[in-house]
Amino acid sequence: MNTTPLLHMSAISKSFPGVKALDRVDFTVQPGEIMALLGENGAGKSTLMRILDGVFTPDSGQIFWRGQPVQIRSPQDAKNLGISMIHQELALVPYLDVAKNIYLGREPAGLLPGTIDWTTLYEQAHQQLARLDLDVDPRTPVRDLPLAQQQMVEVAKALSLSAQLIVMDEPTSSLSNAEVAVLFRTMRALKEQGVSIVFISHRLNEIFAIADRVTVLRDGSLVGSEPLQGMTADALIRMMVGRELGETNQRPAGEDVQSQRQPILEVRNLSRAGILHDINFTLYEGEILGVAGLVGAGRTELAETIFSVHPPTQGDILLRGQKLRLRRPADAIRAGIALVTEDRKGQGLFLRMEVGANISVRILHQLARFGLIRWRDSQHLAQEYVDKLGVRTPSVRQKVRNLSGGNQQKVVIAKWLTLKPQVLILDEPTRGIDVGAKGEIHRLMRELASQGVGILMISSELPEVLGVSDRVLVMRGGRVVAEMNPRLATQDDIMRAATGAKTS
Amino acid sequence: MASFAVTERSWKALLQQYGLFVSFLALCLLLSLATDRFLRTENLLNVLRQASINGIIAVGMMLVILTRGIDLSVGAVLALACVIAGDAVRQGWPSLIAIVLCLALGGSMGLVSGTLVTRLNIPPFIATLGMMTIARGLALSYTQGQPVTGFPADFRWLGAGTLLGIPVPIFIVSGIFLLGYVLLELTPLGRHVFAYGDNPSAAHYSGLSTRQIVLFVYVLSGALSALAGLILVGRLNSAAPTTAEGYEFDAIAAVVVGGTSFDGGQGTMWGTILGVLLIAVLNNGMNLLNVPSEFQTVVKGAVIALALLFYKAIR
Repeated sequence: MNTTPLLHMSAISKSFPGVKALDRVDFTVQPGEIMALLGENGAGKSTLMRILDGVFTPDSGQIFWRGQPVQIRSPQDAKNLGISMIHQELALVPYLDVAKNIYLGREPAGLLPGTIDWTTLYEQAHQQLARLDLDVDPRTPVRDLPLAQQQMVEVAKALSLSAQLIVMDEPTSSLSNAEVAVLFRTMRALKEQGVSIVFISHRLNEIFAIADRVTVLRDGSLVGSEPLQGMTADALIRMMVGRELGETNQRPAGEDVQSQRQPILEVRNLSRAGILHDINFTLYEGEILGVAGLVGAGRTELAETIFSVHPPTQGDILLRGQKLRLRRPADAIRAGIALVTEDRKGQGLFLRMEVGANISVRILHQLARFGLIRWRDSQHLAQEYVDKLGVRTPSVRQKVRNLSGGNQQKVVIAKWLTLKPQVLILDEPTRGIDVGAKGEIHRLMRELASQGVGILMISSELPEVLGVSDRVLVMRGGRVVAEMNPRLATQDDIMRAATGAKTS
Repeated sequence: MASFAVTERSWKALLQQYGLFVSFLALCLLLSLATDRFLRTENLLNVLRQASINGIIAVGMMLVILTRGIDLSVGAVLALACVIAGDAVRQGWPSLIAIVLCLALGGSMGLVSGTLVTRLNIPPFIATLGMMTIARGLALSYTQGQPVTGFPADFRWLGAGTLLGIPVPIFIVSGIFLLGYVLLELTPLGRHVFAYGDNPSAAHYSGLSTRQIVLFVYVLSGALSALAGLILVGRLNSAAPTTAEGYEFDAIAAVVVGGTSFDGGQGTMWGTILGVLLIAVLNNGMNLLNVPSEFQTVVKGAVIALALLFYKAIR
């Protein structure tokens, strides 16, 4: 190749106490290239990107930017070079509008010192949004935008900083397929304009759809950088995990679940003004009921209504034929319903607390004698669940924030399993989780179902919905619009129902 | 490289665990060299007696701060509860009833603050600031600005009595520290206080009784303020409506110096005990060294700022 790479990271190594996070990793991005960065959680992707962003200093190795050696000591250094990061957790101020977010801290100066030239600010913001082909009023507060558009605002912000390299950390993980298509169009447009993109994703089909090349990391080492043309998904998975993977489809064949089992959860005419409309369905003992739909279809709202985070305006929820009177999550939990929320860190975990404390937090009363917690029992109990679920942690005393996403998710599930729930609702259970842990969580769901637990699984990943569920509901606009048999339905069928497209 | 990182980390862990203890010992050493009165038994007992009032308040304050809150009303609550109970006892109420009344009044005022925080979503700073001015105002109008004085000996016993030659307040504060430790470390409620402080939203989604948790810490803080007030009033034999002004500052200082984080969910009872002792020794030392009282607050403010910087650096 005769062009100078835009970015060349050479022999980068980085250690943390007890872990070699990166071991002489090379990483190169050409101008105008979309480079996918792939690896299981803990493979070193984030560490590499944080070094690029100046958050971590490498122990050894060199970074070349347009062929020149550079030192990146802070995110500000990275920005000055033209490197922008778009993290999974967006760095936007929710109450400020789009334009103010794009130019936060860099507002164009007005006539008087210390004032802001608002006219110019909104004009420039408008131009940046137009460049992304994004139809959003720059005066809209960011919190009023759907997540996909919030991401676009981050991209617009990066462009306004004249970024030459944009790192997107799992930008699609919370997007619906339609929104992913919009994002990809934007990414292609950026590529046309000569901007390079590092695209981190766990979804192989997306990587094949958008990226030019892929770099695979495993256990802190470089496995390889390959062009994607001519590469197969199997080959990529082999590079990533270093072993063959069985099919994630664990469903026992030829078993018609509904006909022979007891209904466990019945939802009747459930409505929430403007959000959910007349929802009816039955979940059977030992069944995994998948819920598909686009973002905004009301799936999370349905889960939260059943879990009584919000009260329904109408309708009934029956557990084993008994009508439930629910006012808050504690009531739902007492009835035997558990919810693994979509927002793992925000709503599921006590990040600064230990693994053991997270697992046992719900059943401390049962572990207490004369009001005092029997400490050793609680540690034993936590250890039992850590073993049962295969949580990879040095000990139950480890702080949860130090675990990988997949293991954190297992801790959340363990917390609920201590209560032996009858109904387990999982909202995007494997989002942002690597392939290996994903398979383990699917196996766990299957095992719980075989013990009689009714499982309601919301997922935006169609292969997951089709591969894991016994039955699939599709939601659109706050309604259940279709019920499908995953053995007969295709991804296209679900998408058509979810988008309301006419059947061809 | 790796081994360097490891030593740096354990160095920080060491500082976090023993930094406060070493600073406390260093301060004591300094004072025992600078003045010959510091190490005398009567002075040390005096330090402990003063520490007992702040210590009792600080335990409540610590729990409030663990839930990401703050209680600015402790001094005013103390004053109002004590002038009413003191007046009752002077009008012939039995001392025991008056003491119970005092604690109940403190707890009720905490209940009001807690209700404002949990039901009306008023930020703790504002809710307890309101409670502070209301309680102080009520105390002043109830007594028409005059101190209530002249209490029977059994009412004063909590503050002025001795057991085995040791002042009663020292037993009380030790008991409160012990109960506080057991509550926080060994009871479900205490663990839930930590969990709530770590992540209120996750606590709600986990079905913890978040409102009761928060309500509880404010009620406890109010009741403990009243208890501290009984000691103060017993010692002075007087309950002035202006008493305990600024006590919230010393309690917050002790808790923060003791390593409890304003982000919630992080802190230890040991840290708070050391924080209380450090503030008490600091106050005592400055008095022994004749530091002007106006300047003492400057020093204490600086100590808080330094403590915050220290914890920021090692976390």
